[in-house]
Amino acid sequence: MQGMAQKKLTFGEIGLAAAMAALALGAIVVAAKAYTPEYAFHAYVFAASGVAAVFAIGNRYFNRDAVTPQEIDGKPNYNMGPVKFATLISLFWGIAGMLAGLYIALELAWPLLNLDLPWIAFGRLRPLHTSAVIFAFGGNVLLATSFYVVQRTCQARLAGDLAPWFVVLGYNLFIVIAGTGYLLGITQGKEYAEPEWYADLWLTIVWVTYLLVFLATLWKRKEPHIYVANWFYLAFIVTIAVLHLGNNSAIPVSIFSSKSYIVWSGVQDAMIQWWYGHNAVGFFLTAGFLAIMYYFIPKRANRPVYSYRLSIIHFWALIFMYIWAGPHHLHYTALPDWAQTLGMTFSIMLWMPSWGGMINGLMTLSGAWDKLRTDPVLRIMVVSVAFYGMSTFEGPMMSIKSVNSLSHYTDWTIGHVHSGALGWVAYVSFGAIYCLVPWLWNKREVYSLKLVNWHFWVSTIGIVFYITSMWVAGIMQGLMWRAYTALGFLEYSFVETTEAMHPMYVIRALGGGMFLIGTLIMAYNIYMTIRTPEAAAHSARPALAPAE
Amino acid sequence: MAHPTSHAPSLWQRHQIFEKNSILLVLGILVAISIGGLVEVLPLFYLKSTIEKVDGVRPYTPLELAGRDIYVREGCYLCHSQMIRPLRDEVERYGHYSLAAESMFDHPFQWGSKRNGPDLARVGGKYSDDWHRDHLRNPRSVVPASIMPGYPFLEQTPLNIDHIAENMRVLRIEGTPYSDEMIANAVADAKTQASADDASTAAFLKRYPKALTRDNGGQAGRLTEADALIAYLQLLGTEVDFKIYDDKANIR
Repeated sequence: MQGMAQKKLTFGEIGLAAAMAALALGAIVVAAKAYTPEYAFHAYVFAASGVAAVFAIGNRYFNRDAVTPQEIDGKPNYNMGPVKFATLISLFWGIAGMLAGLYIALELAWPLLNLDLPWIAFGRLRPLHTSAVIFAFGGNVLLATSFYVVQRTCQARLAGDLAPWFVVLGYNLFIVIAGTGYLLGITQGKEYAEPEWYADLWLTIVWVTYLLVFLATLWKRKEPHIYVANWFYLAFIVTIAVLHLGNNSAIPVSIFSSKSYIVWSGVQDAMIQWWYGHNAVGFFLTAGFLAIMYYFIPKRANRPVYSYRLSIIHFWALIFMYIWAGPHHLHYTALPDWAQTLGMTFSIMLWMPSWGGMINGLMTLSGAWDKLRTDPVLRIMVVSVAFYGMSTFEGPMMSIKSVNSLSHYTDWTIGHVHSGALGWVAYVSFGAIYCLVPWLWNKREVYSLKLVNWHFWVSTIGIVFYITSMWVAGIMQGLMWRAYTALGFLEYSFVETTEAMHPMYVIRALGGGMFLIGTLIMAYNIYMTIRTPEAAAHSARPALAPAE
Repeated sequence: MAHPTSHAPSLWQRHQIFEKNSILLVLGILVAISIGGLVEVLPLFYLKSTIEKVDGVRPYTPLELAGRDIYVREGCYLCHSQMIRPLRDEVERYGHYSLAAESMFDHPFQWGSKRNGPDLARVGGKYSDDWHRDHLRNPRSVVPASIMPGYPFLEQTPLNIDHIAENMRVLRIEGTPYSDEMIANAVADAKTQASADDASTAAFLKRYPKALTRDNGGQAGRLTEADALIAYLQLLGTEVDFKIYDDKANIR
């Protein structure tokens, strides 16, 4: 009888508790000698987290059974706690990040909103917005879905006992450190890689654990084949690790200082930054979310993936080509021309694998297109794939040097990013969350499909406002910068082009506000889904078999 | 035999080795993602043409470095590029296109990606210190339609340069040619650069040729963050003398 076995502290519990206690102790020493109060604050956050972790491990020990069974009645005993946590907190961060985005959009329209305060000035809030939506919202969606998908497709409980919780909670501690750091002026000044050396080190530990949990769960699989969604998750996890280590190579001034200097400088740093930056798009925001597409769309449409062979080509071509695309962020800069040309060439070629993936996602619906009329969740996911197709056409186009000479440094880039971020990444995440929550909390369906429909339309109109206003703003400003009078003088001063942006900035804020309202509708719907009691109906769903 | 020689396994069947072995899949991913990065990044470190040969680019003075740290801290790079492209309108608006050499001591680079405000690569010397002081305090007092946030707190915050020598030591490890003398005099040099005429000015100028020393207008003896930031801004783009720079010599 398992339940009667002697309960003992495991090696993992002792080890992790000791490590967390050591972390807390070390952090207190650092806090005492910190160069700045901001850094001392972060040290105290680490100390408090370490203490809380020790208590949580102890508390869990007293409440748990002696042994956690891998299977119950021949069925895998899935570990869905970390999945639930990551799902819900992704919603919280999503709303926080979108709120920050809305505020900085309003700051650009009405600069008085900066209030002359350092903590909410555009330059500090902007990284908060990008990190909150990409890494906090997107990252938690990826953690939640990857831990869900790898368990279901492997028919096995998540590997590790405390490790999955360490990954989820540790990642969110990183988010807290990063986000509060921006507001306090702690940044290493690299776009999308702003967190300082100690946050980066912490993330490295968390990320390696993530990779190990994911791999070890794959090793427990009952199917000989690894399902295609897991290839994409694996590529995302492995590549982000490589990018993170390469781009964040830095030497701290002291262990008592939050300040560090990146070891790379100038032109090499620029290349490494955009090798990282573009592949944060390619592997965090694309490969990871394609994994979601490859699991949740077939599952929701109840159809196998359109073509298994296409998914093989899609996978290898995408990961091989994406990594080359970075230099298109540096067209006409002091980066040598050969590198710019390579970046442009591969960016254009990247159009093909991207659309291969889009076709694979969309055609999965063949024979089930009628469901788009009745199922707003499926509609949100299919529209996300359509936006993916649009952004991955626009991207290669903007990477052409002559187009880029107009679009670069303007709001066209911002519009492009948001058609991908809102239309593709957020929408496929929303679809996944609408699927996941009823599955995780044993509900037949979300609380209200009608509200999903409202969410869809409010957000979609918001996206349209957003991207069209940014197209107009970007192209207009690009043209104004290069406009000449008949006498051969530059026609506009810089600030005249800024003034011309104002109406577009207002419309953009309106679009962003609508998108945020859509997300709030979703949060209410999810809350009600979990709260409303209902008999378990989901557990009988069959698991997805590899296509073909 | 599973596969007679006349009927070799198809590529699709061969691919199953990745589908069935997670370690091989990880290795395959590592190979696929390494090639592009290595080809694009590594040559930049050994191709001599990557960074032009120019005179005049020197390491930042302690005061300029402190200013640059503030520039990074406030996220200025999110709205201001420091990279003039070789396009007619940019060269006429901002000045000579930027050289790779001009950011060779920049850890990290601050080329930027978006211009909510104008490029700053050659802003040095374009405006007076007083203009910058007014502009940082309230941008709309000098540019009525500006959308820049106000930074009045910079001139109210004393500059903390207690650890500036440590910062310079790290940069030296990373390749910036700071001498022992420069590091030993770091704090004194910062104060010297911000005073109009000082007994140590000559020694300072020997260490940092052509550095601008002047009374930044800050309250006597009390350096503020604004002083440092302005010292940095006034340096931007002024190091290379383009009257004698030979474009043709560095065609890449």
